Amino acid sequence: MINFSYTIWILLIPLIVFVVTGLTGHKFKPIVTGIVGTTGLGVVFLLSVFTAYKYFFVLDKVGGAFQRLLGFNMVWLRLTEKLHIDIGVLLDPISVMMLIVISTVSFMVHLYSIGYMREEKGFARFFSMLSLFSFSMLGLVVATNIFQMYIFWELVGVSSYLLIGFYYERDSAVAASKKAFIVTRFADLGFLIGILVLSYTTGTFDFLTLTGPNSPAFTSGQGIMFLGMSTMTWSMIFVFMGGAGKSAMFPLHIWLPDAMEGPTPVSALIHAATMVVAGVYLVARMFPIYHHEQSALDIVAWVGGFTSLFAAVIACTQFDIKRVLAYSTMSQIGYMMLALGVSGYGGEEGLGYMASMFHLFTHAFFKALLFLGAGAIIHAVHSNYMYEMGGLRKYLPVTHATFLIACLAIAGIPPFAGFFSKDEILVAAFHANKVLFAMEYLVAGMTAFYMFRLYYNVFWGREQHYHHTPHEAPATMTIPLIVLAIGSTFAGFIPFTRLVTSDSIPFEAHTEWGIAIPSILIALIGIGLATVLYRKKTEIPEKTAIALGGLYKAAYNKFYIDEVYLFITKKIIFNYVSRPVAWFDRHIVDGTMNGIAYVTNVASDRIKGFQSGQLQQYALAFVSGAIGLALLFIYLWTN
Amino acid sequence: MTNNQFMFLLFSAVIVVFSLLTVTSRRILRAATFLLFVLVSTSGMYFLLRFNFLAAIQLTLYAGGIVVLIIFSILLTSQINDKLSIPPVTKRIYAAIVAVAGILVCSLTILQTSFVQKTFDPERVNVKTIGQSLLSTGKYGYSLPFEVISILLLAAMIGSIILAKKRKD
Amino acid sequence: MFEGVPIYWFLILTTVIFFIGVYGFLVRKNLITMLMSIELILNSVCINFVAFNKILFPEHLEGMFFTMFIIAVAAAEASVAIAIIINIYRRIVNIDVEKMNEMKY
Repeated sequence: MINFSYTIWILLIPLIVFVVTGLTGHKFKPIVTGIVGTTGLGVVFLLSVFTAYKYFFVLDKVGGAFQRLLGFNMVWLRLTEKLHIDIGVLLDPISVMMLIVISTVSFMVHLYSIGYMREEKGFARFFSMLSLFSFSMLGLVVATNIFQMYIFWELVGVSSYLLIGFYYERDSAVAASKKAFIVTRFADLGFLIGILVLSYTTGTFDFLTLTGPNSPAFTSGQGIMFLGMSTMTWSMIFVFMGGAGKSAMFPLHIWLPDAMEGPTPVSALIHAATMVVAGVYLVARMFPIYHHEQSALDIVAWVGGFTSLFAAVIACTQFDIKRVLAYSTMSQIGYMMLALGVSGYGGEEGLGYMASMFHLFTHAFFKALLFLGAGAIIHAVHSNYMYEMGGLRKYLPVTHATFLIACLAIAGIPPFAGFFSKDEILVAAFHANKVLFAMEYLVAGMTAFYMFRLYYNVFWGREQHYHHTPHEAPATMTIPLIVLAIGSTFAGFIPFTRLVTSDSIPFEAHTEWGIAIPSILIALIGIGLATVLYRKKTEIPEKTAIALGGLYKAAYNKFYIDEVYLFITKKIIFNYVSRPVAWFDRHIVDGTMNGIAYVTNVASDRIKGFQSGQLQQYALAFVSGAIGLALLFIYLWTN
Repeated sequence: MTNNQFMFLLFSAVIVVFSLLTVTSRRILRAATFLLFVLVSTSGMYFLLRFNFLAAIQLTLYAGGIVVLIIFSILLTSQINDKLSIPPVTKRIYAAIVAVAGILVCSLTILQTSFVQKTFDPERVNVKTIGQSLLSTGKYGYSLPFEVISILLLAAMIGSIILAKKRKD
Repeated sequence: MFEGVPIYWFLILTTVIFFIGVYGFLVRKNLITMLMSIELILNSVCINFVAFNKILFPEHLEGMFFTMFIIAVAAAEASVAIAIIINIYRRIVNIDVEKMNEMKY
C-alpha cells in the first residue's frame, strides 16, 4: 500500500504561489514573479509525473483493475450523518491522467508567459491568477466528491473570468469576461440542481460510492417519473447542462469565441487544454451512472456531435486566427463528448470512453501548441487577422515547424498523436450509430480543411508589408513550443488502453484499418483542398463565398446565435421579467422598508416628548404609575 | 374625648393646615416659616407619644438645622420680595388628582388592614437605654448604622463644601 | 390604641401629609420649595415609624432609632441639595426647575 498523501501538495503549491505572488508580486521585478510561478508549476509537474509513475506502474492492480483510492481526504462540512462534504484527492486513472495534462500544459504556459507578457504592466497579477487557475483545475480533477468538484468548478470559472478580463481597460475584454462568467454560471445552475437531486435521492456526495459497484444511484431514483424520465436521468441531464456550459457545447457555446479577448497564454491554458474539457471530465467521472441512464447518454452524444459539426462549419469562415482555433476547440470537444456518448461500459465495450480520454490527452498537447504558436505569430505581427499575414515561414522557422506538426496532428495524419485518438473515436462511433459516424467523418475532413486554410494563410500566400520585420519569438516562448510539439508527435504511441478505461481494467487495442484508411483519406482531401485554395493567393475562396451566398453569410456570422441570445435577453427577459421585478423591488420591498422607517420616525417624534428633561413630569409619571400599580395589585388582581 | 385624642387632633390640624400653606404659599420666606411650624408640631406629636429624646432631636436638627439652612439658601438665591408664580392650571389639576388618588388608595388599604394594637407600656424611654442601644452590637444594637451614619455625614459635609466652594476662575 | 388614639388616625394623618408633600413637589417651580416638600414627605414617614413603634411594638425601640437615622440622612441630603442649588444659581442666575431640561431628547 503506497502512501499517496503527498498528493495534497499538488494542490497546495499553486495555491501558495497564488497567495504569495498575489500579495507581494508587484514589489519585485517581474521576472522574479515569473520564475516563482514557473518553478512552482515545475514542482507540481514533477509531482504529477511521479504520482503517475507510482500509480500506473508500481501500485498493484486489484481484480485486474487499477485501484481507485483516496490519496488524502478530510471531512470539511458534515451536513447529516451520511451526507458530508469532504476535501480530498481521489486517484483514479482519469484523474492521474488529467494531473499530467494540466501540470504539463500549465508549466509550459507559465514558461511561455515569461516571454509573452514581458512588457505588460499586470505581470505579477497574471502569474498569480495563472496559479489560482492551476490550483482550481487540479482541485477539480482530483475531487473526491461531487460537491468539492462543484466548488472547484466555480473557482475555475472565477479564474477564467479574471484572466479573460485581464486587459480590463478594454471594453471588449470586460464584456467577454462577463459573458463567459454569466453563461457558465447559468449552466452551473443546472449543475447544482443536478447535484442536489442526485445527492437527495442517493444520500451521498462521494464519487467512490456513487460510481462504485453497488452504487445507490442504480437503485434509488429509478421509479419516480417526470415527463417520462426517471429522477436519476433528470439529475444526470442537469449535471450535463453544467458540463455543456463549461465545455462550450451548443447552445451554451457563445462565450468561447469571445473569450479569445484574453491574452493568448490564457487561451492556450484555459480555453483549449484544461478548463473546457472539464465538462468532458465530469461526464467521464460520472460515467457508470450515465451508462445506466441511457437517455441522458444519448443526449450527450447528440449534443457533442451537433456541436462538432456546427463549430467546424463556422471555423471555415473566420478570419481571426484565435477564433478559428476557438471553434476548432469546440469541435474537438464535441468529438470527446460524442465518444463518451456512444460508449459502453467494460472492456471493449468501453472503447468510446477510452477514446474520449485519449483524445482529451492528445488534444491538450496540440491545441495548446496551436494557441501558443498563434501567440508567437501575433507577437511577431501585432495583428490577429489572417488577411494581414502571409509568408511568415521565412521569418518564424521554429514557430512554423511546430505549428505544422500541430496542424498535422489535429488533422489526424499518422504518426502524429491526433490520428490515433481520433481514429478510436471514429471506430466507437461507427459501431454505435452510423449517422453520428457520418457526421464525425465529415467533420474530420472539415477540420483538416480549416486548419490548413489557417496554416497556409499565415505561413504561405502573398507576403504583406509588415511595419517591421517579424522576428522569431525568444527562447522562453519557443522552448514550450518545441516541448509540446514533441508531445504531439509521440503521445499517440502511449498504450492508452492499458492505462485508462471505463472500468479501470486494461485491454488491448487494435487498429481497425477499415476505419483508419478512410479517415486518413478524408483528412488528405481536406488538406489538398486547402492547399489548392490557399497556398497561393487565388480568387477561388472569394468566389466560393459569393456562390454560397446565404449559407456563407450565416456561417460567417456564427449562425446569428449571439443575436438570438441578445434578443431573448434584451427584449424578452429585460422587458417582461426584469422590469416588473425591479419595479416590485423598488416600490414594494423598498417601500415597505421605507415605510417602516418612516413610521418609526414619526412615532419617535411624537413620543420624544416623554424625555422632556422636566423633572416634575418625570415625577408625575412615577407617582401616578406607582399608585396605578398599587391599585392594580391590591384591588384588581384577585388570584 | 380624652386628652390624648384632643391633643392629637390639635397637633394634626396644625400640621395639615400649615403643610398645605407651605405648598401653596406665594412668598417663599413664608413657606419656610410654615415648614418650621409643621416641624415644631411634629415634635409636639413626638412629645405626645412620650418619645422625648426624639422630639428634642427633631427640634434641634430639623427645625433648628434644616429650616435655618433652607432660609440661608433662600436668602442666597432668591429675590425674597418677589411673589412666586402660580403654576398653570393643568399642572395643578394633574398633581391634585394624583395626590388625591394616592390618599384614597393608601387610606383604603390602611383601613382594611387589621393591626394588632397593643396597649401602651407606661415605662419611659430614657437616654441611657438609647445610648446603650446605639453603641451595642448585640441583637438590638445599632452600632453599625451609627458608624455608617457618621461616614455618611462626613461625606455629605465634604461633598457640600466642595460643591458650594467658589471656583477660582 | 395609644390611650384612646387608634393607629388609624396616625396613619391617615401621615398619608395626608405625604401626599401633600407629593403635590408640592409636583407643583412648585422653585427648587427650594421643592426641597421643602421633600422635607414634608420625610417628616410624614418619621411620624409613621414612631406610631408603629409605639402602638404595635411598644417594648422595642426600632421605630425611634429608624426615625433618628432618617432625620440624620435628611439633614445630610438637605445640605448637599442646597450646595447643588447654590451651584446652579451661580451658573444660570435662576433656580426654576423648568429651565433645567438639558437631559432631554
